[in-house]
Formats: sequence, structure tokens, C-alpha cells
Amino acid sequence: MVLLTLLAAVAIAIVRQRSLFGVVLLSGIYSFLIASVMIVLDAIDVALTEASVGAGVSVVILLATLHLIKTTEAAHTRASWLPIFVSLGVGGALVWGTLTLPPFGTPDAPIHRHVAPYYIENALRETNVPNIVSAVLADYRGYDTLGETVVIFTAGIGVMMLLRGGKRRRSEDDKAEDAS
Amino acid sequence: MQALNNFIAHYNYVITIFLMITGLYIMVARSNMVKKLIGLSIFQTSVYLLYLEPGKILGGTPPIIDKAFTVYSNPLPHVLILTAIVVGVATLALGLALVVRINEAYGSIEEDEIFKKDREQ
Repeated sequence: MVLLTLLAAVAIAIVRQRSLFGVVLLSGIYSFLIASVMIVLDAIDVALTEASVGAGVSVVILLATLHLIKTTEAAHTRASWLPIFVSLGVGGALVWGTLTLPPFGTPDAPIHRHVAPYYIENALRETNVPNIVSAVLADYRGYDTLGETVVIFTAGIGVMMLLRGGKRRRSEDDKAEDAS
Repeated sequence: MQALNNFIAHYNYVITIFLMITGLYIMVARSNMVKKLIGLSIFQTSVYLLYLEPGKILGGTPPIIDKAFTVYSNPLPHVLILTAIVVGVATLALGLALVVRINEAYGSIEEDEIFKKDREQ
């Protein structure tokens, strides 16, 4: 509960912080807090991934981007009451939707009665992997994970094409300037 | 008293939704593109929490089979969110590459200035 409240505080700080450098550091803190919350929620595999990917890789690529661009945010000129109104409207509707959800941590909620018991009872016998999360990820839903790697591959190709294309165009511009 | 108990039992959802609308607000209201992307990732992490929270059982352990434990938390949301985290970082990397290209083309990453330059041309 304390961790969740801290998360909310960091999120507000991110909204108010104008230096992009500070925003990136705060987002690293935010990722580590999220990872701690995930450990409390028993999702240790997810917490490890979030700590390495969210707080590690994301912060590194954000810093690499800041190296290439201006690092202060301009003062915002637009009226901000419409976004606040939209956000609060969406938030109110969502909170209203959660009121009838089962309370936190009850063992007989509908989510625990569907396919999850099957995996918990049979995963060790069928796959011989004690960690049910990796058993489901790699054995039962292997194609899903294959699709995920395809997504990462595509994103990697996209990033490479965007950045290298830009470099080539710039060197052509330089040549044109040298010629003139 | 009952209303207070109900609020405490759903406090995690309230914070999750607060994070969600914070991300939404950053994306809609701020014109700086790097900040928009960070808003997007805040929104994403709130969705991770929304998936993981119902899977927790009070008194349960992480879903790794061991003779000493009988109650395990639900492993399915964990699997789905592992996939989502990795896809999320791929989206972030692609978005940042686009930001770098926009900065090369327009010399700015503020949405307002870019629209102004578009209108002038």
C-alpha cells in the first residue's frame, strides 16, 4: 500500500518536472517501484523483467535519445482544462467499474477458477518445469513467445532503418554544402 | 465503516487507475514528444498492475512448485505481462527513433512548433 502511494507521488512528479533529464531519472525510479510492487504481488518473473527492461534498457535508450535532442521541455501554452476533464471522466468511469470487482487477494475469485488450476496441477507432470510461469510461456504458449520475438525483431529493424536513413541524408546534405 | 473497508479492499485498483489517467493526461496535454512517450509507458505499467492484481492470493506464494507450499498465485497474468513488457520496450524504442528523426527534420520535438512550421510551408 505504501509502495502504491509512492508510485502515485512519482507519477505526479513526472507530470510536473520540466527538465527531460529529471523525467528520465524519475521514470527509472518509477520502474523500480513497479518492480517492488510486482514482487509483493508474487509475480517475481515479471518483477525481474521489469527491473532489467523497464529500469535498465528503457532508461538507457531514453538517455541516448536525450543525447541527440534538446533536454528542456518548453512551457506549455495550451489550455489544460480539457485534458484534465477527459482524464478525470475516464478515471471516474473506471473506478465505478472496479467497485463490483472481488476484493484484493480473495482465493475464490472467478479468475482463479478457470484454467489457472489446470496449469498449477498439471504443469510439473506434463512439462517437468517447476516454475509454472516459464512452463506456460515456453511450452503451452510457445507460439505466442515466437510472435513476441518477431515483434522485437521488427521494431529493431525499424529503429535501424530510421536512424541510418537519417545519417545518410545528412552526409548527402554535407556534400551538397561542400560543393556549393 | 463498511465503505472504508470496501475502499481499502479496492485501494490497489484506485491507485492503478490514478496511474492510468496520469499517463493519459501526459499524453494528451503535453506537447513534448519524449514526455508523451514516457506518459505512454506509465499507462502501460498501470495496465500491467491491472492484470497482476487480481492474480494475487493473500497467503499464496509465487507459482513455483514446491512441496512446502500448497497455495500459489495465478500464473497466467504473469505470462501475459512478461510478453507485454517486452513489446512495450520495443514500442518505446521505435517511438524514440521516430522522435530523433523528427528532431532532425524539424529541429524541434515540441508538437506546437512542428505544427506551426507545417502551416508556414
